Amino acid sequence: MPVSIANSKLIYESLKDVGVRLLSALPETWLVHLIRMAEDDREMQLVRLAKEEEGVGISAGAHLAGVSSAMLMQNHGFLASVNGIVSCAQLYRIPLLMLISHRGEFGERDPWQTEGGGVTIHVLDALRIPHERLDSPEQVRPRIRKAHTLAASASRPVALLLCRDLMWEES
Amino acid sequence: MKRRDAMEAVYGHLDRCVVVTIMGAVAAELQSIGHRPNFFYLQHAMGLASSMGLGIALARPELKVVVFDGDGSVLMNLGGLTTLARYRPRNLVHVVFDNESLLSVGGFPTATSTGTDIAGMAAAAGIERTSTVSTLETFRAGFTEALATDDLTTIVAKVEAVGPAGYVTDLSLLENRYQFQRFLRGG
Repeated sequence: MPVSIANSKLIYESLKDVGVRLLSALPETWLVHLIRMAEDDREMQLVRLAKEEEGVGISAGAHLAGVSSAMLMQNHGFLASVNGIVSCAQLYRIPLLMLISHRGEFGERDPWQTEGGGVTIHVLDALRIPHERLDSPEQVRPRIRKAHTLAASASRPVALLLCRDLMWEES
Repeated sequence: MKRRDAMEAVYGHLDRCVVVTIMGAVAAELQSIGHRPNFFYLQHAMGLASSMGLGIALARPELKVVVFDGDGSVLMNLGGLTTLARYRPRNLVHVVFDNESLLSVGGFPTATSTGTDIAGMAAAAGIERTSTVSTLETFRAGFTEALATDDLTTIVAKVEAVGPAGYVTDLSLLENRYQFQRFLRGG
């Protein structure tokens, strides 16, 4: 499975550097190394979810209680979380850092992933959620830092899209 | 048993807890009994009150967290019961007021009215301490015991489908949110 270990590590370390200590996640192929890193890290509370929307509530609770968190999910998981994002995180001004694996773009071989790729950015825009792509390793650290800063200062959700060229080592 | 009477019966214990409630009658009635800075009312996002409680309980194991949930809300986030069971926050008491209806939107019956057993589902999800109570005395006793016990407990309290005259209160959502955050962070 050619998921980039080096870039997963870079993402994980960048999250640690901005102070993330709780990570909620639902597994998907591109996220396997990130989830394993959280699993092996005694400083990180990993919360394995049944469905992604739970992660919005968990992050909201953790934030109010003073713990910085992030959500790891596939774009279809983001789509499944929309009501929680709107009526918990946005309604209550929760700084939510969402890392979304952006499946379904050019190069996608799994037919079942192809619908989500086309609508994810439009849904983010409709929700007025600031978002940026992570396509290459040099973008990872600064964009995670800046996303975290904006989430905190705006007290709103922000999204980073983990894209194929960063996560998948195969042309 | 009426839900308001049930909350009033345990109100004296709540000052040393962190309380998260769902929207609707639970939020309005608890506020009418008396709002405190350690109470947060999730006035939407149905289903996520228990997830918020889990987030707080994991973040702050030294605090006792109480979630006042409802049958309609739990039914929207049944997977959340499995996540609660999996992490088993020993500092969380999960109360589900089950009036077998979606009271605030016209009282239409939920699936608990036709036999769905929330305590049974919580137990099957892996929560070891579960009970269903239907009198004030058994609720008070169960709640007090759960608070004193260092383990995750789900108590389903069967209550009448009656609520307050209105649901909008004079506590604004963001005022409640920031006051609660300040309480949690000790500021």
